[in-house]
Amino acid sequence: MQLDAKIPAGNLESKWTRHKFDMKLVSPANKRKKKVLVVGTGLAGASAAATLAELGYQVEAFCYQDSARRAHSIAAQGGINAAKNYQGDGDSIYRLFYDTIKGGDFRAREANVYRLAETSVQIIDQAVAQGVPFAREYGGLLANRSFGGAQVSRTFYARGQTGQQLLLGAYSALSRQVGCGAVALHTRSEMLDLVVHEGRARGIIVRNLATGKITRHVADAVVLATGGYGNTFYLSTNATGCNVTATYRAYKHGAGFANPCYTQIHPTCIPVSGDHQSKLTLMSESLRNDGRVWVPKAMGDKRSPTSIPEDERDYYLERKYPGYGNLAPRDIASRSAKEACDSGRGIGDSGLGVYLDFSAAISRLGKSVVEERYANLFQMYEKITDENPYETPMRIYPAVHYTMGGLWVDYNLESTIPGLFVIGEANFSDHGANRLGASALMQGLADGYFILPATLSHYLASNSLPSVSADAGAFTEGQAAVEARIHKLFSIQGSRSPNSFHRELGLLMWEHCGMARDKAGLEKALQKIPELREAFWQDLRVTGTGEALNQQLEKAGRVADFLEFGELMCRDALSREESCGGHFRTEYQTEEGEAKRDDEHYSHVSVWEHQEGRAPVMHKESLAFENVKLATRSYK
Amino acid sequence: MKVRLHVWRQPSSNAPGKMVQYDAPNISPAMSFLEMLDLVNEGLVEKGEEPIAFDHDCREGICGTCSLMINGVAHGPSEATTTCQLHMRSFRDGEDIYIEPWRAQAFPVLRDLVTDRSSFDRIMQAGGFVSVNTGGVPDANAIPISKVDADSAMDAAACIGCGACVAACKNASAMLFVSAKVSHLALLPQGQVEGSMRAKAMVAQMDQEGFGACTNTKECEAVCPKEISVSSIARLNREFLKASVESR
Repeated sequence: MQLDAKIPAGNLESKWTRHKFDMKLVSPANKRKKKVLVVGTGLAGASAAATLAELGYQVEAFCYQDSARRAHSIAAQGGINAAKNYQGDGDSIYRLFYDTIKGGDFRAREANVYRLAETSVQIIDQAVAQGVPFAREYGGLLANRSFGGAQVSRTFYARGQTGQQLLLGAYSALSRQVGCGAVALHTRSEMLDLVVHEGRARGIIVRNLATGKITRHVADAVVLATGGYGNTFYLSTNATGCNVTATYRAYKHGAGFANPCYTQIHPTCIPVSGDHQSKLTLMSESLRNDGRVWVPKAMGDKRSPTSIPEDERDYYLERKYPGYGNLAPRDIASRSAKEACDSGRGIGDSGLGVYLDFSAAISRLGKSVVEERYANLFQMYEKITDENPYETPMRIYPAVHYTMGGLWVDYNLESTIPGLFVIGEANFSDHGANRLGASALMQGLADGYFILPATLSHYLASNSLPSVSADAGAFTEGQAAVEARIHKLFSIQGSRSPNSFHRELGLLMWEHCGMARDKAGLEKALQKIPELREAFWQDLRVTGTGEALNQQLEKAGRVADFLEFGELMCRDALSREESCGGHFRTEYQTEEGEAKRDDEHYSHVSVWEHQEGRAPVMHKESLAFENVKLATRSYK
Repeated sequence: MKVRLHVWRQPSSNAPGKMVQYDAPNISPAMSFLEMLDLVNEGLVEKGEEPIAFDHDCREGICGTCSLMINGVAHGPSEATTTCQLHMRSFRDGEDIYIEPWRAQAFPVLRDLVTDRSSFDRIMQAGGFVSVNTGGVPDANAIPISKVDADSAMDAAACIGCGACVAACKNASAMLFVSAKVSHLALLPQGQVEGSMRAKAMVAQMDQEGFGACTNTKECEAVCPKEISVSSIARLNREFLKASVESR
């Protein structure tokens, strides 16, 4: 596997501008003849599909949901970063770039991150032009708030529903293109395999989830915008349908998978309440602008939070990180919560929780201001827990939220399979080992609206792509493989539901590959996951048939892939013998319990190549830092 | 706690359906309604029976995928709540719970409790957008927008497209859904340019899909999980009327 990041020459500030000029264009008359498949209709997929169609390409878009508007980007709450410096508080493209590189614990590519920061300003303009109702000041200009890992206010927001509003903006652009016939949209359609023909990605195999019909789709290029793999853990803040299947199928066809062990555990989620739980709910990071995180100073203090006096509370983030306080980055805030609970000071019945307290903000700002900022979040919290956060502090605990790893892509967002492009959370590119809050929306839209349309055009203009028929060998083989796999799932006729295996895998992953990892635990997981996989293929029960809407079958196929992918995550976590960002190996920490990087040996991207019937092979893309100095990340 | 479910089972669009009874023992009041159904389904799978099909995804009340008429009320008994955010503590121990799909001509049943709501997407495709291409737009702060207008636009834009308004309406009208989008864009300068065209196109598509007319019973507002106000419908009527007397 050759890993050429194709980073353009020149200084950091001019790389993208120059690259845009150097890339080839496709003439308007030829664009009509080129077809692109976009899988996934979240922020990245919807914005890419809409923009490619506006440019004149034939586009087919696919989503497993019943409507493109329901992709999980919709659930992003807090905001989107952009280096507009509307607040005049010292922000700049360079500062956003630096914050993101540092926030990612120096494990991302400088050139990509700079381009992201540069593009961020255009995204806000685009969204406003589409009618996204961002929060505004009384003077009519856009409002901002702060987010973790930054000392400026650069986050644009629409109440606690920023992801929803940005996705509805991208969805409206997509709908416009569907309405005028430029995009063929396939809803309730799940990609089950990638088709590689003569070394290039030329199509996909899709199952219609409503009818069970399997179809082949041929194109000149394929774009995956299929999100992250957080649901490997079973419990996460992802939607229940989110899965790794599309990217994992691409991996099996030879696309390198980068840094699968980088997962983000979000510090502010509602704690688990019982075995029945099917998902965890995030409480936006924006709450840490005004909420103060604390646990009782004494171990096992079971008094109600309001009766614990001020001097018996440990506001541990403010104590440990006075510079950033409650707005310390996510990985640090999560680990600190775990530490507090591990030391016996956790709250709630399970002892796995900390308080997020708004009483100071309510007395400082008044209830109405707090309500205006967070009403929908407070309401959601109350619905789930039956507790009123205006009166008693919220109980929160970290949960799996986002995955920084993903398919490896070069500067053009192209994977190691020519013609296969990967955007949004599905790729690995911009967040290093930890993503800062409000940066996922930024990256998804930067990739979809602005970067991919330019680089994909260059690919289509530079390569002669002879037309392929849907009857070509690779397509018939692809469909046959998909059908055989479905048949195999039905033929087991065992006794356990797909969900029961998923839950078991999730527990294993959370225990051994979660917030803290160590060699012994990872080795144990690497032994247990294959056993669980074996049990799955022996004792699974899928009811019904494949020729109709069958949610058990959908789930079984996804769990089968999680059961293989979980192993790759553990393998990657085991091989990275350092701590960085969201990857915390307990063997590698400072005396104060902070992550200890090993830049000499691990300043690289780990890229895994699938080997049929053997262990995967790891390749390295070394990271060169020419503009920032590698430093120990400090938020003190 | 335990509850007795009466669930609409229908193998496919064309097959007849019927209510089937299931007992759900060992339910925790902290469970969400959908987690209760998950548990019932796991039991069915283990017995080799076909589980109940229902739509769901984010399970945090924002994606609009989940639906369900629960005891005759869209999204069940809690106000301003989607089914996925409804918890079993809202029910009595031993209660009989009747679960049906959204019922409307424009939302055909695909299986059990799953319906096809693509008619909503087609209404959006007819005009639920501002016609701007990517790039070449003015700076985001070039046009100031009053906070009041931006907030009102956001109130309308909060619609999640779940279809509860249609399911609750005796006419199966989609007026609340359509008016939420028309209001959101009509309140912003960016949306006003195409205001007339949008109102006409979206209403025409709504009629073509077979949604009924609005008779102001306001059941839609009562069940809307995002509390979209019927004043949006007044705004839609105004926009539509304005569009019909304009000559272009």
